[in-house]
Amino acid sequence: MPDDNGKYTYYPGCAAKGSSAAYEMSMLAVGEVLGMNFEEIDDWNCCGATEYFSINAIPAYSLVARNLALAEQMESDQLVASCSACFLNLNKTNKYMGKHPDLDQKVNRALAAGGLSYDGGLTVRHLLDVVVSDVDQELIAQKVTQPLSGLRVAPYYGCMVVRPDETFDNQEYPMTLDHLMATLGATVVDFPLKAHCCGGHMTQISEDVAFELIRRLLHNAAEYEADVIVTLCPMCQLNLDAYQNNVNRRFGTDYNLPVLYFTQLMGLAFGLDAKELGIGTEIVSANKALAKIGQVEEAPRKKPARRDKKALPMPGEM
Amino acid sequence: MPANVNGTSFYRQVVEATPDGEKLATCLQCGTCGGSCPSGDDMQHTPRLLFAMIDAGMREQVLRSNTPWYCVSCYYCTVRCPQEIPITDLMYTLKRMAVAEGLYEERDAADWSTSFIGYVEQYGRSFEFGLATRYHLSHKPLGATIGKSTMGLQMMQKGRLSMTPERIENMDQLTAILNAAKQIAAQEV
Amino acid sequence: MAEEKVGVYICHCGHNIAGTVDVEAVAEWAKDLPNVEVSTDYKFMCSSLGQELVEEDIREKGLTRVVVAACSPHMHEPTFRKACERAGLNPYLFEMANIREHASWVHADDPDAATEKTKAIVAGAVSRVVHHEPLDTLVVPVNEKTMVVGGGIAGINTALEIANAGYPVVLVEREPSIGGHMAQFDKTFPTLDCSACILTPKMFDVGNHPNIELMTYSEVENVEGYVGNFTVTIRQKARKINIEDCTGCGDCWERCPKKVVDTDYEAGLGYRTAVYRPFPQAVPKYPVIDVETCIYYDTGKCRACEKFCPTGAINFEQEDEVVMTKVGNIVLATGYDLFDCRRIPQYGFGRLANVFSSLEFERMTNASGPTGGKIVLRDGVTEPESVAIIHCVGSRDKNYNEYCSGICCMAALKFAHLIHEKTNAEVYNCYIDMRSAFKDYEEFYNRLMEEGTHFIRGRVAEVTDAARMPGEEGKLIVQVEDTLIGKQRRVPVDMVILMAAMEPRWDSVEVSHQFGIGCSAAGFFTEKHPKLDPIATMSDGVFIAGVAQGPKDIPLTVGQGAAAAARVLTLITTGEVEMEPVRATIDEARCSGCRICNNLCPYGAIDFLEEEAVSRVNPALCKGCGTCVAACPSQIITGAHFSYEQIMAEIEGVLWDMGNGQLVPDAQPVTESA
Repeated sequence: MPDDNGKYTYYPGCAAKGSSAAYEMSMLAVGEVLGMNFEEIDDWNCCGATEYFSINAIPAYSLVARNLALAEQMESDQLVASCSACFLNLNKTNKYMGKHPDLDQKVNRALAAGGLSYDGGLTVRHLLDVVVSDVDQELIAQKVTQPLSGLRVAPYYGCMVVRPDETFDNQEYPMTLDHLMATLGATVVDFPLKAHCCGGHMTQISEDVAFELIRRLLHNAAEYEADVIVTLCPMCQLNLDAYQNNVNRRFGTDYNLPVLYFTQLMGLAFGLDAKELGIGTEIVSANKALAKIGQVEEAPRKKPARRDKKALPMPGEM
Repeated sequence: MPANVNGTSFYRQVVEATPDGEKLATCLQCGTCGGSCPSGDDMQHTPRLLFAMIDAGMREQVLRSNTPWYCVSCYYCTVRCPQEIPITDLMYTLKRMAVAEGLYEERDAADWSTSFIGYVEQYGRSFEFGLATRYHLSHKPLGATIGKSTMGLQMMQKGRLSMTPERIENMDQLTAILNAAKQIAAQEV
Repeated sequence: MAEEKVGVYICHCGHNIAGTVDVEAVAEWAKDLPNVEVSTDYKFMCSSLGQELVEEDIREKGLTRVVVAACSPHMHEPTFRKACERAGLNPYLFEMANIREHASWVHADDPDAATEKTKAIVAGAVSRVVHHEPLDTLVVPVNEKTMVVGGGIAGINTALEIANAGYPVVLVEREPSIGGHMAQFDKTFPTLDCSACILTPKMFDVGNHPNIELMTYSEVENVEGYVGNFTVTIRQKARKINIEDCTGCGDCWERCPKKVVDTDYEAGLGYRTAVYRPFPQAVPKYPVIDVETCIYYDTGKCRACEKFCPTGAINFEQEDEVVMTKVGNIVLATGYDLFDCRRIPQYGFGRLANVFSSLEFERMTNASGPTGGKIVLRDGVTEPESVAIIHCVGSRDKNYNEYCSGICCMAALKFAHLIHEKTNAEVYNCYIDMRSAFKDYEEFYNRLMEEGTHFIRGRVAEVTDAARMPGEEGKLIVQVEDTLIGKQRRVPVDMVILMAAMEPRWDSVEVSHQFGIGCSAAGFFTEKHPKLDPIATMSDGVFIAGVAQGPKDIPLTVGQGAAAAARVLTLITTGEVEMEPVRATIDEARCSGCRICNNLCPYGAIDFLEEEAVSRVNPALCKGCGTCVAACPSQIITGAHFSYEQIMAEIEGVLWDMGNGQLVPDAQPVTESA
């Protein structure tokens, strides 16, 4: 639970200042509307992504722990990261230090060399978590002045926000982002690969693997006729957006699926200016998709089909 | 107890370097990890097979395998493992061991990680532009680099890719911490 | 007190004790202990000669107390107590000193210390035993009526065995009909007998047995009492049908307009009406009205059943009946619930239409099931061309249930066979290990291999409809590592069957508390001893049988049902039960009525008498644990056979060589009593 005035300590991560600036922009804009205060850690450093742990463990933990130590000195004990990889690293380091005294000792010895220490007082959370768990969803509904009706949104979670720790959503079939999008008035496209991996850094290591993973996701979202894919991780956004043309070229496909951050869609629904939300910085343009908002008539509510006499009931059917 | 090819120390080394690593002893060889892995098709050995090889003491083959380098850290294996074995973390351990002993054959992945770290240790932040350029020019065929560079240009046009690195203020502090950490790590071996 | 004459016998126990402890020296030394009349050592005290030694001494030397220093009370206290009794000495004037487990075995590396310790133990026993009081065992009669809870194959068997022996049984079953899960199955492995065909004759016997009182649609609400003397309260839920008038003709359910999904008998795969009979062979044959779904209870309209009933048996106002009865023994055979496969989202159960649970598939292949025995997809029409059967769903998995559910491998093979028999489909069994341990099971596995089943050794990672390559469109793809070839495979199939684990009933913990027995962490009832006594529980008079005790197949279940019956019959035919007199007594004259002891008693053995405003221990329920004795702030509860004097005397005896808090070598034992 956040502090009384909705204050959070904010860890941006390297992408937030560069390739995913739109994420931070829209997050701050939306945060203002909802009364959420994000206080950025002063002089934070890179979390090491999935790279440092592949080379040397103690320095990898220490790299992350410097941020934890700096965050501990700030007001709120809720440390929020918007990037899933940053979230995973901060959370993992926090947990392991708490669980393994041996590791805690070693990391704190390293921190001491920089005049820092970390006592374990923080709770690390992902931005989506605080938006769906801490904020009254009624409040969000109230703030929606321009519902996203007519827009078919495919909520894409990626992997590190729900795995390996089960905190606020189901690890195999999460639904919180789906519900949030529904609150914004969008038509939610529940596509089965919503929590499958985008490939992360594999785009640099093996295009064969990476592009195939990206293709699967685009294919699935397109199959379900999504207009836009909504994400919560800069890496996922980059892979699905910036490499979409590469994927099209390699496989001879013609996907044209814009990929936006959930905070951008929230901002649009709240009636904020698209530019303030960083819309337009995406490689695959979202303009065409967003033009659909409010244009497409909502399909009339179909009467439930007469039960096919021969069909067997599904589990859980009443 | 693991079979003795190069001694039992390999298994214990892997297990001790991983938090909760001792759970590896309960591996049923069920294959859920191999079945879940998105990049499983491209790995030389499925994760399950790699664990059987570790148990058999096949140190060199395991550390030369490309398997851990193709791990995308999606954690499906870890979450689905019926014995709660920290599989992804074990993959990280194997990567570290492979690098430390110079046995890794999957050069690209390891070099990418090392390059990434190089920038972080210099600036305290990652520097995508520099990293991508340097890495691609030295590791990838020109054609692929050109393909990526189109994307790079597009990113720059949208203001998402800076050509200059950013350095944190207290770089000395970070350097001191990392150096101390490396020393502590070296003492462990 | 009057001079007691204590006989001390130090056992060699062959080499077990004598190999470490100098038993002759101890026997010699013990002669000088206060009140000791005779002290000797002997090779095997538990032998008939050893026992006779004790008996002779009692008779000829007029011993008033006996101490045997040997193995543990658990092993031979009853033996020596009986010996004393035969010689005319109250058996509770005997004390067992454990010098085997407590001295010889644990200090085998230090014989001197072991011998010294033995002396201390013996001194303690001698010092204590002079304070023992003669006690009488409590003998309680055993009510010859038995209550069996659960009308599945285990409970049915138990009930029939006891009833056939000539004793009355009340069989309480929660559902409207007996039969349990076995009534849902199609065929049983490995013989492929029709399940209903072998079960229904037994159900019929139960329904017609003069000695069995069948209470269906009933639940036990309360259990009081102790072995041989339970008072149970049973709620007979209202069927809303007057069974004296009902002929089971079926007009009511044929006319009922309200159809709902049958989540009980049809496992959610078929429908029933609001007034319904669970299945055609139900025992008893009467229907029941489901108040939750009946239109009348919702809106006051309809009443079609009432209109069409030829005998006017419908009674909407019928109320539950609460019945109290006395029984001597209770057998819990409450069976299991199936693991809910929706807990594993990556298998798609509940989301992907053609993923079925094992029970759903049983109903499907059953000739009297919703599809008339045809194997079809969820559309009710299409025959599958390929089926994947996934083993170990919700079992052998620390994320859900760590245990192996025992029968799913065999049931999976059975399904494979039925699919081969009824369709031309390719069948893929995806397993971790093939568990086919018992009679004719391995042969059955061989048969399935001969039938052309594809066996993939790998635990399925996910079932998905997201096609990735040609051939996968419109199919369910089973993604699994084929560990025997070391490669990930995607197997496109039409239908998936999940072999779900057997789990304890959803309320098994509550039920265990109600009956005063324990539950394992998983929720199965706890047996007295996992190897040698899987039938009894820690509560005398309460027995368990069937899957309620743990996953097992039908032969084992039937066997356990019969075993429970045999155990009950032992008690009934003996007619009475002896209870140890080791129990607490409250000095009511001095009890202030604070009631602190009431809730501390783990056996619920302390009652509070409202009028007298004092607490009283029920001697039959009391196990003599001593909790209340220790807790009473006024110290007015005494524990028979563990009184303050007895315990203090034992302590003083053990510390015989520590006069004034210092170790005094060659000291004389304490001569004054506490």
